Amino acid sequence: MKPADTLIQEAHAAIAASDSLASLDQVRVHYLGKKGLVTEQLKSLGEMPPDERRAAGQELNRVKAEISSAMEARRQSLQQAELDLQLAGQGIDVSLPGRGQLPGSQHPVTRSLERISSIFSTAGFTVAEGPEVEDDLHNFEALNFTPEHPARAMHDTFYLKNGRLLRTHTSPVQVRVMREQRPPLRIIAPGRVYRCDSDLTHTPMFHQVEGLLIDRSVSMANLKGLLTGFIREFFESPLKVRFRPSYFPFTEPSAEMDVECVICRGSGCRVCGESGWLEVLGCGMVHPQVFANVGIDSRRWSGYAFGMGVERLSMLRYGISDLRLFFENDLRFLSQFH
Amino acid sequence: MKISEQWLREWVDAGKNARRLAEQLTLAGLEVESVRPSQADFHGVVVAEVLETLPHPQADKLKVCRVRAGKKIFQIVCGAANVHTGMRAPLAVMGAKLPNGLEVKSVNLRGVTSSGMLCSAKELGLSDDASGLLQLPADAPVGKSLSAYLNLPDTVLDIKLTPNRGDCLSVAGLAREVAAINHKRLKQPRITACKPRSKMRLPVAVRAAAGCPLYTGRVIEGLKPDCTTPAWMTERLRRAGMRPISPVVDVSNYVMLELGQPLHAFDLRQLHGGIVVRWAKQGEALTLLDGRTIQLTGEALVIADHKSAKALAGVMGGQDSGVSASTSDIFIESAFFTPQAVAGKARRYGLVSEAAHRFERGVDPALPRRALERATQLLLAIAGGRPGPVVQAKAARHVPKPRSILLRRERLAEILGVTLPEREVEGILSRLGMRLQKAKLGWRVTTPCFRFDLAWEEDLIEEVGRIHGYANIPSTALAASMQPGKSREELRDPHELRGSLLHRGYTEVITYSFVPAMLDEAIAGKGAAAELENPISSDMSRLRRSLWPGLIQTLQFNLNRQQERIRIFELGRRYIMQDNDIKEDNYISGLAYGPVEPEQWGIHKHPIGFEDMKSDVEALFATAGTRPSFVPGQHQALHPGKSAAIHLGNARVGWLGELHPVLVKTLGIPGAAVLFEVAQEAVSRVRIPVYEPISRYPMVRRDIAVIIPEQTTADELQACIREAAPKLLQEVRIFDIYRGSGIDSGRKSVALGLILQDSSRTLTDEDADAIMFQVTSRLRQRLGATIRD
Repeated sequence: MKPADTLIQEAHAAIAASDSLASLDQVRVHYLGKKGLVTEQLKSLGEMPPDERRAAGQELNRVKAEISSAMEARRQSLQQAELDLQLAGQGIDVSLPGRGQLPGSQHPVTRSLERISSIFSTAGFTVAEGPEVEDDLHNFEALNFTPEHPARAMHDTFYLKNGRLLRTHTSPVQVRVMREQRPPLRIIAPGRVYRCDSDLTHTPMFHQVEGLLIDRSVSMANLKGLLTGFIREFFESPLKVRFRPSYFPFTEPSAEMDVECVICRGSGCRVCGESGWLEVLGCGMVHPQVFANVGIDSRRWSGYAFGMGVERLSMLRYGISDLRLFFENDLRFLSQFH
Repeated sequence: MKISEQWLREWVDAGKNARRLAEQLTLAGLEVESVRPSQADFHGVVVAEVLETLPHPQADKLKVCRVRAGKKIFQIVCGAANVHTGMRAPLAVMGAKLPNGLEVKSVNLRGVTSSGMLCSAKELGLSDDASGLLQLPADAPVGKSLSAYLNLPDTVLDIKLTPNRGDCLSVAGLAREVAAINHKRLKQPRITACKPRSKMRLPVAVRAAAGCPLYTGRVIEGLKPDCTTPAWMTERLRRAGMRPISPVVDVSNYVMLELGQPLHAFDLRQLHGGIVVRWAKQGEALTLLDGRTIQLTGEALVIADHKSAKALAGVMGGQDSGVSASTSDIFIESAFFTPQAVAGKARRYGLVSEAAHRFERGVDPALPRRALERATQLLLAIAGGRPGPVVQAKAARHVPKPRSILLRRERLAEILGVTLPEREVEGILSRLGMRLQKAKLGWRVTTPCFRFDLAWEEDLIEEVGRIHGYANIPSTALAASMQPGKSREELRDPHELRGSLLHRGYTEVITYSFVPAMLDEAIAGKGAAAELENPISSDMSRLRRSLWPGLIQTLQFNLNRQQERIRIFELGRRYIMQDNDIKEDNYISGLAYGPVEPEQWGIHKHPIGFEDMKSDVEALFATAGTRPSFVPGQHQALHPGKSAAIHLGNARVGWLGELHPVLVKTLGIPGAAVLFEVAQEAVSRVRIPVYEPISRYPMVRRDIAVIIPEQTTADELQACIREAAPKLLQEVRIFDIYRGSGIDSGRKSVALGLILQDSSRTLTDEDADAIMFQVTSRLRQRLGATIRD
């Protein structure tokens, strides 16, 4: 009969040497099987004198537990290795493209429109809409363009055969909102506008965003504050801006807002015509005649309005050099705006 | 308006460089679009006199000239048609450099040496005129540097004036602004009244005083023929973008540029009896200076003689009474036509007119007399002649009066958002030519007669603001009342609709609202459409009645650029005529072409079909709460067997289908395209969820296969099953459709999975069997189905 420790040592060596579940099982049979070494010794306990039997029994049980536990550990590790081997054989090329399709891309004009709307919405402006097929009253007259006003010549208007016209700016939405709602008002009106002009820098259709705010004691200083903030948010840059006097029949005082050229940072380039400035929007204080036309009391209310071209802002934001790209819808152009 | 910096500085001493001057004007509301040198760079060019011209022995078109410049005589070969003995013209001597980079050398031209080059205006970069040598006046100092003689270099300011600032369409007007900005005085030329040297006068009768409250004019007889406009004047005209024509025309243009008063000169011999200013007779014909004959209406103001209309007042003169180089006796008109009388006339007759441009914006009614004297003064100096007395017809009550406007201190501060010292306000307005009187609330301001744009208090506020400088107005935030905005959960934002399609691989496009009539009719059928009166082109002649034409054009555009798989959508309006009115509705429309998935490994490439796009459309309706139904329908642009009307409840809200094979062929599209359109409103509804308890008991699934006639639709099949088991049937899934061996032709086998569940107990096999029995019996009865084992 071998001493317990020798038995354990030999078993450990055999367990370590077994390299498969099958060979491990042979080791188990050899030691712990029905006729295994440990089992045989346990059987022979009965032949021992009772006073030795107890101690020997304990010893043998220790041997059995030790070998069982070592075998279990080995079994688990062999199983794991086998699984690893099996799974390794199932490996795939993870660099192959994912199945299915990627999202399409949003049109840059819509992308800019949504950014503009979201910036103004943080200042409490809501979106208003109006028809694109307009009449002279809303597009011109109510905005203080008298019938033969020279400023009309600057709006190359499309007329329809039924006598209506296509709005030349989003300003008629101002008129509609002022007629239908009471101040205080804070709206922006994005949308398509049309002018009968088509060349390198003009398309017969383009997009504008009109803004209108009416409240108590609104000033030019407020207008400057809002628009300066807007443009810096839009370009996400603390650009220099300047306001210079201009003329629109429906605002007085009127202004154009120039922004430091985003291409050359004000040093002068082809895009800004060497001036260092880019004209980005027109604005002004709502003209008292317009208030009178829509029935708002200009002694109690004042307000400002502004309008901007969305294509122009998009071009500057994304470095698009040709206006016509917007409406050709070349997928190689559009797919750049994922 | 283009103007010479030198000329402007003659009127006002602004003491700064051209760039600074331009910036000042821009920031005062007179936008300077460009500041450019008045000529391209050249040197080594002198005034020369042609002494003799001889034919070139070898070339018919060339001449060999002897030319004097200073004391030197040069032999020059010249090809210009207008070269002649005695002429003075620019000579680029050897070593001279011309704007095109050419360095002038002695050259041999067909055997004759040319030691220099006589130049045209174009060759010197002075204008676009390349028709001949630049003819210099007979008194041009021979030998003198041309640059010095023409006062070069000079700078040209191009100013884009807004329509309210007609008063700045002259050197005088601009100088007035510069003076006001810089606190300077105007330096005006001395204009004196000319003593008449003849008694010759043409009677003037104004029969339309409302349109012409003031008319002045005078006869000048005996102008010297062959005289030329002096170089200083032609140069100023040229720098303003005008071509010198003849002394009479040049002087008229010069005075208009200088003072802002348009003038018109008639050939005295073509005027019969006298001048009559009147409204045109309906249909009266007038042949204009540009050779076009126009038919006038009763609203047109004309200058006539006792026989017929001679000029469209304030717009353009007539051809037969126009002056030519040989005219020696003229009548010069200097009048005030009201903006209302001139406005829109040039545009109506398609004319471009400097005079009308000024009159419709308003010309100072105090100017006509002064401008007439100025023109006389200049013309006599150039062409001699005997001026007659000034004739004048004035209807004082129609002459615009200065306006009196109350400017309130408080309002000024409120609108600008800043309080200015009273002295500054008074200084600004006075410098702009206004008269001020203190009033209780501020000032009573009288506007100058040259400002037609000042009528409201706000107009004065702008004047104060712009001279004070918009840059000096602070930027502040408005303190306003705050309220939560609306948030309407039952309405879906267009952003989300776009998102739904973007995520399904569609790219957003924006196409023109204008479409070609042919394509529009092919898609939307015959019938009324909104037609444009003045389309950009025949391809853009009407407003779209469907978004499909634009999508199809986009498809074609991209197919031509080698794209093979195209998925696009647009959200925009369509325009439908209804009783001569136009209804605008927002639509979402899409088009897909090519394989369903982009080309890739592991997915069988199969072309887009109806069902593929149907799921994209269903996704749009996902939040609506109600599922749309797809009803077989006939749309003229769609494949009759592969198209459906989309219904929501009882209303048709859109279409889905394959583009009609005939259209596919006509349009030259190489494969099938699938299209959809739905009214934005229909997919913008959101059902606000109301929680329903979840059953705690298990589901039971039973599968059956039924053989039904080919024409029985999936909708009918499902409806029949639902009716048989209204309460416990949670869902019906169609998981296979089979035709062929074992199934009679004209029939199909549909495999269905029925999901059953009760909310209050576990369903037993017996329960499920009972339901399936009801279902199968009903299918047999109603649809003539056979149930497969």
